[in-house]
Amino acid sequence: MRHGAGAKAFKVVVYIVCIFLAILSIFPFYVMVVNATRSTPEIQSSAISLLPSVNLAKNWAAIAGKTFDPVTGFINSMIVSCGATLCAVYFSTMTAYALVVYNWKLRQPFFTFIMAVMMIPAQCVTIGFYKMIYAVHLTNNFLPLILPSIAAPSMVFFMRQYMIPALSLEIVQAARIDGAGEFFTFNRIALPIMKPAIATQAIFTFVQSWNNLFMPMILLTKTERYTMPIMVSVLKGDHYKTEYGAVYLGLSLTVLPLFVVYFLLSRYIIAGVALGSVKG
Amino acid sequence: MKRKQVSYAKWGYIFSIPFVIAFLVFMLYPMFYTCFIGFTNNQGLMPPEIRILDDPLANFKATFTSPTFTIALKNTFVIWIVNFIPQILLALLLAAWFTSTRRKIKGQGFFKVVFYMPNIITAATIALLFANLFGYPKGPINDILISMGVITDPINFTVNGDISKGIVAFIQFWQWYGYTMIVLISGILGISPDLFEAAEIDGASGPQQFFYVTLPNLKTIMLFTLVTSLIGGLNMFDIPKLFLDGGPNNATLTTNVFIHRQAFSGSYMYNKAAAASMIMFTIIAILSAIIFFLMRDKDEARDYKERRQKEKEFRKMQKMQGKEGK
Repeated sequence: MRHGAGAKAFKVVVYIVCIFLAILSIFPFYVMVVNATRSTPEIQSSAISLLPSVNLAKNWAAIAGKTFDPVTGFINSMIVSCGATLCAVYFSTMTAYALVVYNWKLRQPFFTFIMAVMMIPAQCVTIGFYKMIYAVHLTNNFLPLILPSIAAPSMVFFMRQYMIPALSLEIVQAARIDGAGEFFTFNRIALPIMKPAIATQAIFTFVQSWNNLFMPMILLTKTERYTMPIMVSVLKGDHYKTEYGAVYLGLSLTVLPLFVVYFLLSRYIIAGVALGSVKG
Repeated sequence: MKRKQVSYAKWGYIFSIPFVIAFLVFMLYPMFYTCFIGFTNNQGLMPPEIRILDDPLANFKATFTSPTFTIALKNTFVIWIVNFIPQILLALLLAAWFTSTRRKIKGQGFFKVVFYMPNIITAATIALLFANLFGYPKGPINDILISMGVITDPINFTVNGDISKGIVAFIQFWQWYGYTMIVLISGILGISPDLFEAAEIDGASGPQQFFYVTLPNLKTIMLFTLVTSLIGGLNMFDIPKLFLDGGPNNATLTTNVFIHRQAFSGSYMYNKAAAASMIMFTIIAILSAIIFFLMRDKDEARDYKERRQKEKEFRKMQKMQGKEGK
């Protein structure tokens, strides 16, 4: 009996803590979304409300037409994130393919080299990268934000780990006997087999690229080139000092796509985090 | 059947070309270039003529002795430690609860999704959102505290350096404990269930199992968490930059915000910024090396022990078999 009571008390404690943490996670976003629909006077009289109000259109009018432009930000972020994701997954899979399928002299040294490169922090590349891009007049261009993801060492590592058991060399041999070229075999046989791994990695690269602030902030100086996170920093400006409702609406708009992605794919995202940690 | 083998080795090189080129152009060259700039007079929008300084280490010395850099370095470590310790403790506790086999917690899937959510939301947005939540004189947090009777007058949180630092550390904690929890859960699930069964049979209680079975087997994965969190923490930029832009009075200034300030906001001191980033690179490399050394050393020692044990057993068996044979 006593054991049962103890178990019950334990569960009560666990649920209280978990529900508290869940509220802590949701609360800031809830306030953000609800206040996006409330007018500035409403927010000033009480900053928290459980129920939304009716001033969404008014807040939208207050944002639209000023520097903060969520539509442009959305399109720019989409171009950069999709480009970076495509480059990263395609070329990382290709590099992993080189490491798994072919038997070449430098295979092992190359793999060791990739492991070592994984340790280089972005920080010590920044200044030289900026100076280089500036010298070739590619600031305000999206290419310097997309092309570097061709060399994604940690993803190569992940893809290699996944490819070793998933892709049998006999299939590659069979394709060769049928007269398929090496690129054809890679594109038509290896890539489809790698789909699950590519999906997981694509989600993470996309989110990471979407959220990236440091590099885009340095390289993109024209407003019409701003990505979403830089658009957020515009909301800090003087135009929006007194427009509380509009600021909350702006913030909500910057994360709307992420919420959609997360609630559609949360299961895979969490599985991906767990998998990445075990493999990495 | 003997047939002339076609060598496909060259394709290994061909398929690695894109990676190697991108690496050389976008990582290796910029890295050496950054290092080089650190030794030069590369300042201002139109630098006169770039040359290595008479005292090549002048920028490094200036950065090291700059009081602002020292403050930034201290802040970065303080904010990281204040966020990491509660983060790993809470993540461990939750991971232990969620993996408990004797007391199944319902709704785990929901809790995991919710706890991890802040991690994928744009840090820039979160920083600005929190700046609004802690608004003064009217803001959600002030409203809650007043209505709960904790305070009578609204507090202007963001003029106080310690409170601001605390909020930055809290945001960091709040964004990352869910991630750490999922990593630790997958670590615990990777431990052989036999160990827990044996502990159960021996009558170990829940906490005993946690301290004597779970924790020792999580060492590697906890060190992994430590290293990744350390590298991320020392690169902290988005939250301190957009929350208060390093203020008030440099209380939330981190080294990355410092570097950004040196090179990109107003003053174009690329050489000083490059020197500061090389210093940070060195610090991160040394700390990671220390942690990796500790990790590798232990693993190898354990492997060595196991091998010795197995060899002993093998010899024993051989001896016994030999006897039987006779």
